[in-house]
Amino acid sequence: MSSVRVLVGTKKGAFIITSDGARKNWKVEGPLWGGWEIYHMKGSTVDPNRIYASQTSGWFGQVIQRSSDGGKTWETPGGGLTNEGGMPKGESNKFVYDGNPGTHQWYDGTPHPWEFKRVWHLEPSYTNPDLVYAGIEDAALFQSADGGKTWSELSGLRQIQSSKWAPGAGGMGLHTIILDPANPKRIVVAISSAGAFRSDDGGKSWKVTTKGLKSNYMPDPTAEVGFCVHRLAMHKSKPNTLFMQLHWNVMRSDDAGDNWVNIGGNLPCDFGFPIDVHAHEPNTVYVVPIKSDSEHYPPEGKLRVYRSKVGGNDWEPLTKGLPQQDCYVNVYRDAMCVDTLDKCGVYFGTTGGQVYCSPDGGDNWSAIAEHLPAVLSVEVQTLS
Amino acid sequence: MIRVALPFHLRNLARINGEVQLDVPAPVTARAVLDALEERHPELTGTIRDHVTKVRRPLLRFYACNEDLSFESPDAPLPEAVVKGEAPFMVIGAIAGG
Repeated sequence: MSSVRVLVGTKKGAFIITSDGARKNWKVEGPLWGGWEIYHMKGSTVDPNRIYASQTSGWFGQVIQRSSDGGKTWETPGGGLTNEGGMPKGESNKFVYDGNPGTHQWYDGTPHPWEFKRVWHLEPSYTNPDLVYAGIEDAALFQSADGGKTWSELSGLRQIQSSKWAPGAGGMGLHTIILDPANPKRIVVAISSAGAFRSDDGGKSWKVTTKGLKSNYMPDPTAEVGFCVHRLAMHKSKPNTLFMQLHWNVMRSDDAGDNWVNIGGNLPCDFGFPIDVHAHEPNTVYVVPIKSDSEHYPPEGKLRVYRSKVGGNDWEPLTKGLPQQDCYVNVYRDAMCVDTLDKCGVYFGTTGGQVYCSPDGGDNWSAIAEHLPAVLSVEVQTLS
Repeated sequence: MIRVALPFHLRNLARINGEVQLDVPAPVTARAVLDALEERHPELTGTIRDHVTKVRRPLLRFYACNEDLSFESPDAPLPEAVVKGEAPFMVIGAIAGG
């Protein structure tokens, strides 16, 4: 019997929401680490019992949590409660930039030292549950090959004009890490507000992949770096096709990011944060339009997911079961995901603390949790 | 025995109740106490001080005997009452925001 496990990170703890494959009756468990910001949780596809979580706090810094039993129990992999076994001390929470990290651009245009703040996103590999990547603020890509005990930077990324990278309003975070299951050497990342980048050699060297993007808020609207990319998505059967929610504009690339075209088409607004792809239909894409970068709520107070079944440009609103009046929540970039059941489930969480699920690809929605703290991230594991 | 009082979230992270009691050889300084604390509870490493620089995190304070010791040298001797275990060395999460 199939089932799903939804991993929800919020501003005040984590929640695990489960259901059988029918996705009608849900059980909410939590909060885990109540009071802490849980930026992201994600399970390994190789070993679904292995889940990683980014627990963070402005007061106490970063903690990496790991579960090896599907979220029943958790440990700080490089810490532990005793020194027995020679575990390194708190190494799992230690993110140190490679060498002298130098400076990036600050809000006022002046150079600013690189400072680790938090882990935004954790991406387990498709081949090894102990291999996991972390996207951090200030933007950099780290990897751990020992299940999160120790971390090292893939510093080639910051060789790409990083002195020109600058934080967006939410900070300068590396928030998207896309791995290609058919090609372990390929890694695609996105950073606010630096842009999109790709490595074809396992993260040693990188190239900018922003050709075709245009942002009129930049001094040079078509500069190579400086784009506030909000999110990227890819279907694993078509790894050369990438979808992007840029700050404004929804984009698609059919050559792994080398060139981008605008696919906003008939969207009511092309500002937003999340974007994702149907599990079985590589041309079916989902976005959640938000009114503007100054308002951060849905147009007309109507929470609508938009779906394109043809890879963009032609979009349809999905509203059945979603609030269609007086709704002024936001949906963050890491707060949308899909399951891989035969009828693809689509999930997203809001700043109002609702988590919605559509068990039929977006046609019908219902809240599977309400009144949670503001949702930062939603991931789902499809379990058999 | 040195007594250390931790804020709610760090007690939870370390899975402890109440104060931590530590053997700290003289001279008893903030650095020596925190080194001993991290030795006992490695999962707290990086949560009170930076991993590398060992500088106190910005929104934490160190108090003892009704004094704010946050800006003292980490190598300054702690008050006698802390050394004798009569008063705790307190790690306080700054109360800020609305």
